[in-house]
Amino acid sequence: MNYYTMKNNERINLLDIPTIDFNALTAQLAASNLRPVSFFGSDWGENIKLYVILADDENKKLLVTSSLINKNIKEYDSITKENHQYHMFEREFYEQFGIKPLGHPWLKPVRKNQDNYEFFEMQGDETHQVAVGPIHAGVIEPGHFRFMCQGEKIYNLEIMLGYQHRGVEDLMLKKHSNQLAESICGDSVIAYNMAYSQIMEELSGTQITPKAKLIRRIALEMERIAIHIGDLGAILGDIAYLMGKEVYGVTRTLVINTMLEISGSRFGRGLITTGGVNFDIDDNLSKKIVDILNNVKNTVEKMTHAALKSSTVMSRLEKTGTVSLETATELNLVGMIGRSCGINLDSRFDFLDDFYKDLKRKPFKATNDAYSRFKIRYKEIIESISFVKKFLKVLEKHKQENLCVSTKDLIPNSFAISIVEGWRGEIVHVATTDETGKLSRYKIKDPSFNNWYGLSMAVRNNGISDFPLCNKGFDLSYCGFDL
Amino acid sequence: MNNDKFLILFNVLILLIMPFITLGVIKKTKAFWSGRKGVSILQPLYDTIKLFKKDKTISSTTSWIFNFAPAVIYTTTLFAGLFTPMIKCHSIIDVAGAFIIFSYILGLGKFFALIAAMDTGSSFEGMGASREASFTTIVEPAFFIILASLTALSGNYTFAALTDLISSNGTFGILIIIMAVVSLFIMLLVECSRVPVDDPTTHLELTMIHEVMILDNSGADLALITWANGIKMVILMALISNIIIPLNLDFNLSLILFILMFPILGIIVGTIESGIARLRMSHVFEFVFVMSSFALVVASLAAVKMYGI
Repeated sequence: MNYYTMKNNERINLLDIPTIDFNALTAQLAASNLRPVSFFGSDWGENIKLYVILADDENKKLLVTSSLINKNIKEYDSITKENHQYHMFEREFYEQFGIKPLGHPWLKPVRKNQDNYEFFEMQGDETHQVAVGPIHAGVIEPGHFRFMCQGEKIYNLEIMLGYQHRGVEDLMLKKHSNQLAESICGDSVIAYNMAYSQIMEELSGTQITPKAKLIRRIALEMERIAIHIGDLGAILGDIAYLMGKEVYGVTRTLVINTMLEISGSRFGRGLITTGGVNFDIDDNLSKKIVDILNNVKNTVEKMTHAALKSSTVMSRLEKTGTVSLETATELNLVGMIGRSCGINLDSRFDFLDDFYKDLKRKPFKATNDAYSRFKIRYKEIIESISFVKKFLKVLEKHKQENLCVSTKDLIPNSFAISIVEGWRGEIVHVATTDETGKLSRYKIKDPSFNNWYGLSMAVRNNGISDFPLCNKGFDLSYCGFDL
Repeated sequence: MNNDKFLILFNVLILLIMPFITLGVIKKTKAFWSGRKGVSILQPLYDTIKLFKKDKTISSTTSWIFNFAPAVIYTTTLFAGLFTPMIKCHSIIDVAGAFIIFSYILGLGKFFALIAAMDTGSSFEGMGASREASFTTIVEPAFFIILASLTALSGNYTFAALTDLISSNGTFGILIIIMAVVSLFIMLLVECSRVPVDDPTTHLELTMIHEVMILDNSGADLALITWANGIKMVILMALISNIIIPLNLDFNLSLILFILMFPILGIIVGTIESGIARLRMSHVFEFVFVMSSFALVVASLAAVKMYGI
């Protein structure tokens, strides 16, 4: 196959990417066992250019290829027929460019045309539909859930999103900024801003200091710790385990208040900027962070042990919402949810990152259920705390360096990828520039884009009253999907 | 005569005021266990007053049943309260076989709660009604068996027998008391939608049982229903108290004990709620069946006592 091999956070010349025949490409993709990371179209004069980025996880490489499609072409043979990993990508591509994948088994709207959405329906005396949303009881984002049930048992759940029409990718082309990148998904501020900043630095050939890189990674891990602890509390809150809910809630506050001390914002807004970071971590602050994290680690360990000893908690978590490894692989689940199903992907370690390569991780024994999703969070909190401490130690060696360097103009005809492992999983940003050095396409993929379908599979044959528990375990993003 | 008037007034006051205090105590207990200060013990009362001041919003898909039901639920519960033995087993109305009227009046209120929920046409409320009905089918017979057995022991099927279990039955009485109290306590958790059966504080419609049935109620209707549920809790707690507190105590002492039983039971409920997670919906049935088996033990013990072995 004709691919250009590149690394994460690398700029390549747009013209170096091979262009292959569309039908040949789709046939190859259908037969390929490489994991699709991104699959998107871009206007290319009279044609449409389709970019495909595949991950070769074993060899820690990214493969890029493209194809020119004439605008007169209105249909092609679907890849999803053979290879289900392309299911969402093809739906999105069809919605954005109108080229119909023939034989796609589930060709439904992604973000537009919700009025024409045809739900899967079951007929029968004892079947009933339950429609939840788009407006929910809690303060959460809009999304519609359609359950097909018999009595208390869920046969099928269909999730319809796309209520927020924000046009983030287009806004990026009009006027891109760190503020915009931070606002794409409010619970992954650091991860999104980091991906955006990295891609801008690659596209302009800016080298940032190791100090700035370290502070970014510290913030990234702090974000992971904070959200994971909050999620542990939310999972236990959903099963009415009051003590867990409260203790984790309080502990999360400690972590986000530390972020407040670092950056002036509890979610780290304004910390990262293109060219580096805006705020330093000095010795005093560093000591304080270590103290707080030790305290947090202690509380989280104690609370988790207490919760997992409670038979009522275990009875709710175990064997609830199971997604088998086969299903998870077929659906291309990524990130923390993928790991809870036994897919060992973590872009921090899979794509060589100098700061992570010496860090040790314990293997995780996935049980694929709600318990697994609880346990993986606990494991990652403990690991991230040790990572932050190690990063803080390394940071001492880089005290004298600059926080931020000035950036240059974007280099024309460039193509760059930036994959950041946010707490949810891999956040993929891809950008191209045109011949004048302006952004010509900015593509974002949130882990939720892959994982929402996993939630549908998880709740099958479970009680409908267990849905909130499964949903909390996945804790997917609406805005990361709705873009 | 004066004493009678006092007792009637006392019973009515307990029925009307105690629900708020008991709910407040449960909330305070939960706040204590989670390290919070918590709201005032009278907060449930303030909430109810607030609800009475608010307007009602009524869904256009509902019929007269939906409007009518809150009043029926409230009246039936309060009426059942008149049969409930309070201090020294004194109830405002006590006749032989009162427990049959008592159970069926509560059943009538439940029936209206169910059809009012169905009346809204909401899929959530239908689901809630179905769950509530399933649990009721297990709880109601067990409750009936317990009350029948206990009142049968008195010989004339009145509630007055409840407190005399120890003095008239000895060791047997203690066994019956334990079994009956556990059984009624489980019923309390089921009927008043407490953890581990239901989670009264959740916002997740799909997991609710009782709360989901009143999603469409607002204003005074909602106030009446929550008040009625509080009264139902007080009724069950009063039954439990009467079984536990011996009849031959001094009047003042039993008065204090009786009043104290509500906060004590509230603290127990709140502590259970803080310490364990909610059961999976399919496991709730197993939990409720415990009540049935205990009820059968009570019936067997009563039968043995009355007819010999």
